[in-house]
Amino acid sequence: MKEQFLAFVKKEWFHIWRDKKTLFILFGLPIVQILIFGFALTNEIKNSRIAVVDQSKDETSQRLIDRIASSRYFDIEEFLKNGDEADGAFKRGKVKLVLIIPENFGSSLKHTNHGAIQVLADASDPNTASTLTSYMQAIVGDFQSDLNEGKKLPYSIVPEVRMLYNPQLKGAYNFVPGVMAMVLMLICTLMTSIAIVKEKETGTMEVLLVSPLKPILVIFAKSTPYLFLSFINIASILLLSVFVLGLPIAGSLMLLIALSLLFSVACLSLGMLISTITDSQQTAMLISLMGLFLPTLMLSGFMFPIENMPLPLKIISNVVPAKWYYFIVKSVMIKGVGLKIIWKEALVLTLMTIIFLGLSIKNYKVRLALK
Amino acid sequence: MKSISVNNLSKSFINGKETVEAVKPLSFEIDKAELFGFIGPDGAGKTTLLRMLTTLIIADTGTATVDGLDVVNDYKEIRKRVGYMPGKFSLYQDLSVQENLEFFATIFQTTVKENYHLIKDIYDQLAPFSDRPAGKLSGGMKQKLALCCALIHKPTVLFLDEPTTGVDAVSRKEFWEMLKRLKEQGITILVSTPYMDEASLCDRVALMQDGKFLRIDPPSQIIKNYSKKLLAVKGKEMFPLLQHLKQIDGIEMAYPFGEYHHVVLQNDATSIDQLKSKLQSTQELEIKPATPDIEDCFIYAMQNN
Repeated sequence: MKEQFLAFVKKEWFHIWRDKKTLFILFGLPIVQILIFGFALTNEIKNSRIAVVDQSKDETSQRLIDRIASSRYFDIEEFLKNGDEADGAFKRGKVKLVLIIPENFGSSLKHTNHGAIQVLADASDPNTASTLTSYMQAIVGDFQSDLNEGKKLPYSIVPEVRMLYNPQLKGAYNFVPGVMAMVLMLICTLMTSIAIVKEKETGTMEVLLVSPLKPILVIFAKSTPYLFLSFINIASILLLSVFVLGLPIAGSLMLLIALSLLFSVACLSLGMLISTITDSQQTAMLISLMGLFLPTLMLSGFMFPIENMPLPLKIISNVVPAKWYYFIVKSVMIKGVGLKIIWKEALVLTLMTIIFLGLSIKNYKVRLALK
Repeated sequence: MKSISVNNLSKSFINGKETVEAVKPLSFEIDKAELFGFIGPDGAGKTTLLRMLTTLIIADTGTATVDGLDVVNDYKEIRKRVGYMPGKFSLYQDLSVQENLEFFATIFQTTVKENYHLIKDIYDQLAPFSDRPAGKLSGGMKQKLALCCALIHKPTVLFLDEPTTGVDAVSRKEFWEMLKRLKEQGITILVSTPYMDEASLCDRVALMQDGKFLRIDPPSQIIKNYSKKLLAVKGKEMFPLLQHLKQIDGIEMAYPFGEYHHVVLQNDATSIDQLKSKLQSTQELEIKPATPDIEDCFIYAMQNN
């Protein structure tokens, strides 16, 4: 048994190792994804270009403008003469927000204790617009409390906001767990879903069937090299996120790796199940891409929060293995919780693995399926 | 105990709306260490029959045993002891010759060393290419490697599905010599082939067409049983001659055969001169008696099926 198993693993390893193009994708994909998400695709807002209409031109308005210009969220792209030019600036696509300070802003503030400014935002991208306006409001609020310094206000509520676990509001805290789920899903499920069906297609299955090999041995031996590959990928993603993106691992590293391997095994057994029920590589690939990759992206909570989904989608999201894993990674890696909190999620993944494995062994055809 | 015993075995496939009877109920037995050939054109049912015997598909009716083991109930035990070489090249193309051989030895829980004597003659020819990926071997070399891999666990019965299709004449000859030597080691060999000339190399052959056996006998017996008078005819314009021959009374069959046309006479009493006068041919003809070979027997059997 042991020799058969090792020989089979060795053979699988040769298939993977000698297919350089696929190998390159297997190792390159996680690195490229982490780097793209880390540096190119980010929903953090930094250095947004804005325009300012300063019709007041006094000391107070100048101090407000300086305050805005010195924040890391905004860069002042241009000064406009009046509010009518704002439309043109938006249409040229140069700026995302226009701040209009009306005439006598400073003096009206001093004498009537009331000053109005207008903030126009380009809401063709609603998320950016609302984020930018709230940043602008925060800056103006800060400015206002500076003005009030030393004076006693009749009522004042000051919310003291602290962003826990991710004080700098870095996007990496959100996407690293997502990328880990995606990459492991892709490598483990997509690659193994082709593994058995490929033998059916090339005809080598016919020879394997007329041999003493047991189905369970074939399934385990085929998954083993991919489990090793996923371990390497987990390691490379974690190294990149710690050393390149500066994301610390708050919880136990061992727990994180152990649960990532559990998720890999769940994905591998799902891939095997697909491989045993399909009869062409194309079908297997299509099922894993359309049927698994998209739900992983959409329903794991990585792209869109599950809490906001309609009930049917919420229910469906429970059968997506990545949903549970995404929660585990976020909890362990970012919040630093232990197994005590996430044992339920880990149990769900374990049960899924057992079901997938059981089904794929049951569905493994010991004879040729001819139509 | 017979090596293989088949009783009323049949198999149909559903192809769209119609049901195709790939193998009609067949019964036969094969002795230990017999070299048995299934000869027939493409689509005769050879592969389906071999797949039923190698436990790969389940028959609709009938039973079969291999080494006394039932092909349905004892399939696990059968798979340990038989060797099977499918019609399509089915080794790992990205693995080298050596790696393929070692892989198949290990999954059959043996080693290349243990049964090297069985494959030595064949493997000696492959040895210079032992590091080459199997996918980059020539057609003949591929088949030799596949035979090695099917033999490496010293099977009691060897099933070969069209092992010589796509292989050059010299390699084919070598291949059959190897099969003869394997037979001497006590291995029962079932081989299917579309090539008539290979039939005479078997101990017994089954002529197959449309899922039926037309004859099942030693090749010499099949030829001996050919009762018709056979003539060979040659002229300058071969094609019009064939058309002409087919229309003449007293000729049961006419078909091209090498550089001659073979003509089967309805009445054995018809002489060459009588035929010549009937033909009234403008071109000069060479007509002579011909000795039937297995192909003539097969064509005649097919025609009268």
